[in-house]
Parts: sequence; C-alpha cells; structure tokens
Amino acid sequence: MESYRRNFRAFLAFFTPSFAWLVLFFFVPLAIIWLYSFGENETITKIRVTWTLDNYRRLLEPEIVSLFWRSVWLSVLSTAICIVIAYPIAMVIATAKPKWKPWLLLVIILPFWTNLLIRTYALLNILGTRGRLNDLLHWLWSMGDGALAALGLGDLQLLGERFVPVKFLGEPAGVMIGLIYVYLPFAVLPIYASLERLDRSYLEASLDLGASQWRTFRQILLPLSSGGINTAMVITFIPMLGSFLIPDLLGRGQVDMIANVIERQFKSGNDWPFGSALSLFLLYVTFILLALQSFAAMRQRRREEARG
Amino acid sequence: MRKNRLSINRRRLLQGAAAAGLVFTTPKGARAKGGTVNFYNWDTYIGETTLEDFTKATGIEVNYDLFASNDELFAKLRNGNPGYDLIVPSNDYVERMIEADMLMPLDHARLPNMKNLDPAFLDPAHDPGRRYTIPYFWGTVGIGYRKSAVDGVPDSWAYLYSSDKYAGRIALLGEAGTVFQMALKLMGKSINDWSDENIAAAEKMILAQKERITAFAPDNGQDLLLAGEVDLAQEWNGDIQQAMDEDDDISYVVPKEGGLLWEDDLAIPKGAPNPDGAHEMINFLLDAEVAAANADYVYYATPNKAARALLGPEYNENPVIFPSEDVLRKCEVSLYPGQEVMSKIDAAWTRIKAAG
Repeated sequence: MESYRRNFRAFLAFFTPSFAWLVLFFFVPLAIIWLYSFGENETITKIRVTWTLDNYRRLLEPEIVSLFWRSVWLSVLSTAICIVIAYPIAMVIATAKPKWKPWLLLVIILPFWTNLLIRTYALLNILGTRGRLNDLLHWLWSMGDGALAALGLGDLQLLGERFVPVKFLGEPAGVMIGLIYVYLPFAVLPIYASLERLDRSYLEASLDLGASQWRTFRQILLPLSSGGINTAMVITFIPMLGSFLIPDLLGRGQVDMIANVIERQFKSGNDWPFGSALSLFLLYVTFILLALQSFAAMRQRRREEARG
Repeated sequence: MRKNRLSINRRRLLQGAAAAGLVFTTPKGARAKGGTVNFYNWDTYIGETTLEDFTKATGIEVNYDLFASNDELFAKLRNGNPGYDLIVPSNDYVERMIEADMLMPLDHARLPNMKNLDPAFLDPAHDPGRRYTIPYFWGTVGIGYRKSAVDGVPDSWAYLYSSDKYAGRIALLGEAGTVFQMALKLMGKSINDWSDENIAAAEKMILAQKERITAFAPDNGQDLLLAGEVDLAQEWNGDIQQAMDEDDDISYVVPKEGGLLWEDDLAIPKGAPNPDGAHEMINFLLDAEVAAANADYVYYATPNKAARALLGPEYNENPVIFPSEDVLRKCEVSLYPGQEVMSKIDAAWTRIKAAG
C-alpha cells in the first residue's frame, strides 16, 4: 500500500481531480456556510460576517428545540422499526440458495431506480383518507362486520356503525411510514453483509451443544451481526434526521421536521445566517453520531481480538 | 402572488415538461437581429404559440426556463443574475427586488403598447409610475370549496380560521405571509398592518385552529379538493379555476372580509445580457392580440384593456377571474414589510409548526 510513494506522479494524476472536486464543490461551499452562520443580514441580499453567536443562540429557542426533538424521536422510532423489519429480510436473503440471492437483492434495490419524489407521491396516493390503504382497511372492516352479522352480533356494532377512514397523512404515523419505506433498503444491505460474512459453524456449534434457536439467535447471531446493525442504524438514522421531502409531502405542513425549518430560512424566511447555523448544527450532530459509531465498532473489534 | 401549478395536474404537467425542455429555434437567416432572450417564467403561464410567434415576428430566439415559486426566483437572482433577461415576480417580490437594486429601469419609449393597459394599473404602490415593471396577470386568493359538501357559500374566512364547522376538511396555504394576512383580514385589520399585537393575535388564532386544519398545502390545495381530502381550501383563483375545469362540484369565492389581491409583473433583472430583446418581448406581450390569445390560454385576469375587448363574455364575465367591484374593493395588495417583520412572521410560523 506504499506504492503511491514510489509512483508519485501517477498518484498525483489520479488524486488531483478528485481532490480539486472535493475542495471546490464541498469544502469551499461548506466554509461559506460556516462563515454565514456567524453573520447578520445587513440588507435583503447582503450578509455581513460579524462573528455574532446570535444564530447559534437562536437554536435554543423553544420552538426550534421542540422541532428538533420531534425530528429525533420520529427518526429514532423509524430507525428501530426499520431494523426490526430489515433483520428477518436480511436473514432470508443470507440463507437463500446462491442462485436466488442476486434476485432477492435486486428486489430490495429495485425501488431505488425510481425517483424519491415519485415514490413519495405514490405514497400520497396510498395513504390518503380515500387512498388504497384505507380501501383495504374498509374492505377488512366490511368482512369483519359481515362476519359479526352472520354470528348474530350485528346489532352490537362492535366495529363502529360505519367505517371511519384512518388518517395517515398530516400525522406522525404517515411521516414514519414514509421514512421507513424509503430507508429500509439502507438497513437491509449492511445487515445482510454482516450475516453473509458470518461463520456458520458458530451457529451449528451452539445448536449442537443444546442451545435453543432463540438462545442461539440472542447470544450468537445477534452479537456477531451487531456490526451490521450498528452501520444500518447510523445510515438510516442520519438521512432520516435531515429528511425534508417526506415530512413536507406526507406531513402536509402539520409534521414539520428540522430540515423544513432550514429550507424556509433559505427561501421565504430569507434568513441565510440562521439557516446556515441550523444546517451546521445538524452536521455536528451527524459527526458526533458517526464518531460514537466508529468508537463502538472499534471497541467491538478489540473485544473480538481479545476473544480469539 | 401566483403560485406553482406544476404539481399534479396531469395534463398541464405534460405541457410544462415539454415547454421546459424546449428552446425555440428559427432558421439561420432570421437570426440576424436581436440574438436570444432568456425568459424565466412560471409554468403554464404563457400562450401555446406566443414564444414561437415572437421569434417569427422579431427574429429573436427565446430561451425559456421555469420557476415554481417567488422564493426560488429570488434565491436564484440574490447573488447576481445568472443570465436572465426577463422575469415574472409577484408584486411584493417586485418591491423586495427594487429595494435590493436587482431590477433595471424600463425605457417606456420602447414600450409603445403600454397604451393598451388599463390606466388603473399604471401607478401601483409597489412600483410607482411603473418604472421597473409591466403588469402581466393579476388575481385573488380566496376559498375553493366543494359545493355538495358545504352549506351554502362559505363566504367568510371564519370557516377556515375560527369555526369548527368544517373541522378536518380544511386546507390553508403553506406560506406564512398569506396565511397570516388572511387571519388579519378576518380580524378586520389591513393585511399590511404587521404590528406585534396583530402578529401575536393571528398566531394565536391559527394555533387554536391547527387541530382542525387538515393540511398547510404548499402547492396542492386544489388537488386535495379534487381528491376529496378536504372540502375547503385557501387558494389562488387560477388554481381553483383549473380544478373547476375538471370537476363541476367545485367553486370559488372571495370571502366577504376580502382577500388578497396579487399581481405578477414582467421585469428585467440587472445584469441582463439582452435588455433590448427583453424590451421587445415585453412590448410584444402587450400587443392586444398577443395578450388576448395569452389570456385566453392562461385564464388569469389580464390588465390589458385592449386585449379584454377582443375576448368574449365567457372570459370577461367569469366571476372566478374577475370578482365583482364590491369584493374587489375589500381586497388588498400585499406590501413588502421589510426583513425584520419577515423574520417575526417566520418565527411565529415556526412556533405554529412546532406545536402539537
């Protein structure tokens, strides 16, 4: 891996364009946002960097704190549900016959080929009070109601006098359904990768030695795949925390998350310094989470080395 | 304050997509004069053949590009004009842009067709003497509603802002300024009276109503209405007109307290590469026949008197496009309140969004 020293020119030829790209289109804009976050609006269009901390102080205003809190709990809950759904899917793929694996993986990745905006609009169609999901619920309700009537319990109206559609849109539930739907593949893939790598003989040994299926899962499989779970949590939670389109469309302006506030600062609010401070704050939170995750991964590696 | 119509309407969406990808070209010979005009406009906001006709008439090519909101337009021009010759901001953004020195003064001598304009539009508060802008279309914000689902005509903002009569069937706009202004209207205040007490009172009113509101619809109130998700929607008149084309059961009313009166203007941003061509384009759009064909397609109210004379009663007597004098008198034009007030409104809006 030291070959770049021997072949410095070739290294430079490969490295320079990507480095220049990174500087020009990532570090420079980021630096500008960083500067803006210490600025004040001088006129409608001019920002003067005065090194004020006011924009950061405003992060502590109760409405910002509560919107941030909403983003966090929505994302934590959605991440948890994502992992619970993703784990069995990943297990099925990992244990499938080799000729099936690429097809199963394809099914997981397939939705990515459609634009996020279109997928979210499709969800609008499904989750509306007159949407497909409520059609299904209505059908189930009629079946249940019919069954009750057949049993002679029709007069009790156990399921309500008539079907009342469930409201998903404009509610946290609808936003969570959207978040889980969109980020599920991000959770499946790393868990699948860790299960695929796993040495099956541990499981066989555990079962041979008399451990139950559940105990084998809890004490062998889960710890051995915890790296994948960690990664899955981080790469679903972070984009969820900063998601904008899903709360915007599925939340119908009633379930705004922090990114919706950021967007407004750059548009109708026309307060770029505050918007910059908000987005940098989100970036810092992301950094801290990544640091915690790599710390956890490091500790686990050390534990594994100590073990064997 | 016309708004994004790009959202859902299938028919229009396809037209828009086609227009967005289109650069109108003419044979090489016709190119001698004028070059290209870069026109930055709202979606579905120009007659079907207007741009082609312009190129045929003047030899100037049109590079047509679309924006979806005033904020998008403003954000794009804020740090310098990226090359547009002609833009279409709404009245309060015109004020902002004049204050920020983003617009080029017009040369009225090169716009002889200004004579076609209704004199009532020649000296508005947002651009005295029409130094920077020419009116393009105007309209109102009112209530779109489903006739079969409401009692009579819901002709008051109270149904949206303070009553529980239609709880869970209401959509308000997704934009803080207009939502607050219509609350002020209901309180009997001017929509431009942004005193702290007024902002606080409006905030309180909307917060108390929040539970009963189904959606703060960013750009799709008419779609919610069409889909039956809501029965009353605060909306721009043109959007409801579109919904009415698709569904007979939908209608529009400007509440008795009055609504918002908006106007979209043609303007030339500073740094425009071809201001001569832009002037020619504006003058062309002011031509009676061109403006009439344009209005007949766009179906918003034109300020062009000569054009209206060419159009039939179906357009001129349409109450959605042209509200009665009584109603119009109670409507108000929004003035740009300055950055400080904007920040206060935005903070109040964030509090409303954070609640519940």
